[in-house]
Amino acid sequence: MNFMDKWKTKLQHLPTQASIYTLFVVVTALSVYFLDKSVVAFLLLLGSLLLLYFTSFKNSVKWAVGGILLFIVIPFATSGGLAHESYMEVATQCGIYIAMALGLNIVVGFAGLLDLGFVAFFAIGAYTYAIFATPQANNFISGQLFPLSGSSFWLFILIGGFVAALFGVLLGLPVLRVKGDYLAIVTLGFGEIIRIIFNNMEKPINITNGAMGLSSIQPPNLFGLKFTFPHQFYFIVVGILVIVIFTVRRLEHSKMGRSWKAIRENEIAAQSMGIPLIRTKLTAFAVGASFSGMMGVVFAAKQTFIDPTSFTLLESITILVMVILGGMGSVPGVILGAALVTILNLQVLTELTNWLNQLTMNGTISIPNALSPSKMQRFIFGAILVCIAIFRPNGLIVAKNRKVDAEQLKAERSHTPVPVGQSTGQSGGVAK
Amino acid sequence: MTILKVAKLVKRFGGLTAVDGVDFAFPKGKISAVIGPNGAGKTTFFNVITGIYKPDEGEIELDGKSIVNVKPHLITSRGIARTFQNIRLFGSMTVLENVMVGMHIHLKTGLFGTLLRLPRNRAEEKRSQEEAYRLLEYVGLESLLNEQANSLSYGAQRRLEIARALATRPKVLLLDEPAAGMNPRETVDLIGLIKRIRQELEITIILIEHDMRLVMELSDHILVLDYGTKIAEGIPEEIRTNPRVIEAYLGKSAAQQGVIS
Ligand SMILES: Nc1ncnc2c1ncn2[C@@H]1O[C@H](COP(=O)(O)OP(=O)(O)OP(=O)(O)O)[C@@H](O)[C@H]1O
Ligand SMILES: [Mg+2]
Repeated sequence: MNFMDKWKTKLQHLPTQASIYTLFVVVTALSVYFLDKSVVAFLLLLGSLLLLYFTSFKNSVKWAVGGILLFIVIPFATSGGLAHESYMEVATQCGIYIAMALGLNIVVGFAGLLDLGFVAFFAIGAYTYAIFATPQANNFISGQLFPLSGSSFWLFILIGGFVAALFGVLLGLPVLRVKGDYLAIVTLGFGEIIRIIFNNMEKPINITNGAMGLSSIQPPNLFGLKFTFPHQFYFIVVGILVIVIFTVRRLEHSKMGRSWKAIRENEIAAQSMGIPLIRTKLTAFAVGASFSGMMGVVFAAKQTFIDPTSFTLLESITILVMVILGGMGSVPGVILGAALVTILNLQVLTELTNWLNQLTMNGTISIPNALSPSKMQRFIFGAILVCIAIFRPNGLIVAKNRKVDAEQLKAERSHTPVPVGQSTGQSGGVAK
Repeated sequence: MTILKVAKLVKRFGGLTAVDGVDFAFPKGKISAVIGPNGAGKTTFFNVITGIYKPDEGEIELDGKSIVNVKPHLITSRGIARTFQNIRLFGSMTVLENVMVGMHIHLKTGLFGTLLRLPRNRAEEKRSQEEAYRLLEYVGLESLLNEQANSLSYGAQRRLEIARALATRPKVLLLDEPAAGMNPRETVDLIGLIKRIRQELEITIILIEHDMRLVMELSDHILVLDYGTKIAEGIPEEIRTNPRVIEAYLGKSAAQQGVIS
């Protein structure tokens, strides 16, 4: 026991922490670099970001170190081996899902509105870019102006976010009058309707090319540099993700974030505090949707081909699972949840399947057909979810409230008289 | 002088008339009480005034201006704040955050101000924290500022609801059974607090309460409801001896004997 305590205090010592942490990063980074394909080393390297969260460095230090890891160490370390692009693909997918999960977390986690059709906004973003970055738009806009060149991609990130936000509001206006389970059902319907519309909008005017999907989407182009490889998209995604995280953190502890949570906790009381219900919910929908829309644009450009099958209900559910698993309303939790689910699906479980297949082929083991590894994959995934739900019912990293230092408040406060006077008729900046 | 006036106010739920043609003028700067047996329609009366329910008939005027059909959140910015009989705090938020939510209508920072966090936005956030803290001091909860609201004791939760309502800087404060669930000590403190709110902050107070000791000690004026109708109004002395009131509370036989204690 004494021994453990000793270690604990030692670990709280900042320089010790810093050296252990650096050592960890260096070792994992080097192994990723020198080993040809080592999933474990790669995962540990990504894990260093999680570890960073739990260190006791100052916030600014954490951000700086996180930046160095994301923009320099990880891209460089993975560039060593054959698996470079596949690592980068996984990391890029993680980033896309993290941004979407953070968007859904605003709606579900902060504002408490259960949305089962969230992938619709991702689809809207993807199609917004795909339609104009292929000859498709020539079908309804004359002049053979399309496809737009890849340099329009950067503008389209914003447009995609904006269009998705707009649809968030359009969906919200009729839908937000219903609550709870009903809201879930209506949003589920919305998600399916959007997908079916995209699936059928090839007549009378061919807008989406229906079930055939849109192919040869222009890759992004920055001053002549074409983005086609995952390791290039990685930087775009991480860039957007940094902005998204920054936005979420600012909103969370603001008037807006408090209004969202107030509505989640008690609608009637929130109203009685002067919070306009519909408008506040609509902003949650719009902001959440915009993150998804932006990533939709990136997704379309990265895949260069999209069709409605990428935007099914299962995707909506997966994003919701990320939020719930990570911890509703908890930003670090949701990031972890999204990363974990993506990595599990894309890397760990596929690796496992490959490995089992290999063994079967070599005749080392024989697995009955009913339990074929690819079927096992979903089973294991489900089992892991159930375990997390049982052992961490509030999520991997539970949402925490921000604490305020009372002493500092008292010391700094201005010496104005008690401010709780009567309102003077006009005051109250009547919520416009 | 009247600050809040209701005239021929009616609210029905299906076949039940919960508020039935109530007329009353609440005097400015005073403490008025609304009393009546369980199910008399007191809470419904508050819900209609604050816009949670639309009245079926009648008029409600704040400072001479009608607030019928005004949305609840706008009624708050007109200057009416309230607490709830069945406590409605933002349970998983901190005590300080609860009060800061009450300041909503007085904060001007919008979406972009939040993202850019200009000096003016930062200053506003700081000021709202300070003001919220001051209000917590005012109701005696400052030491609990970082606690989660639903971890507080019953009495503390009721006081937090008052602090949160004060944060909207109301002209009229409606308290729905503020002493319910409090022990006698807490009730005494509460009486002091309500008196201070009236005197120092010059806020008109309307309270619903079953604790007659509190009602008689605090109120300048009492409105008595029974089955949705007004059966009496007057100063505490008059109400205490009013036979119709005694009958409503204790039944006919008690009415012949005398006084509510
Ligand atoms: N939303 C509602 N729908 C239907 N009936 C309601 C509703 N709210 C209240 N009532 C009914 O209206 C009547 C008055 O209820 P109200 O809650 O106003 O009484 P109260 O005077 O506050 O009682 P208490 O002292 O028990 O709090 C009751 O008969 C109640 O059942
Ligand atoms: Mg009541």
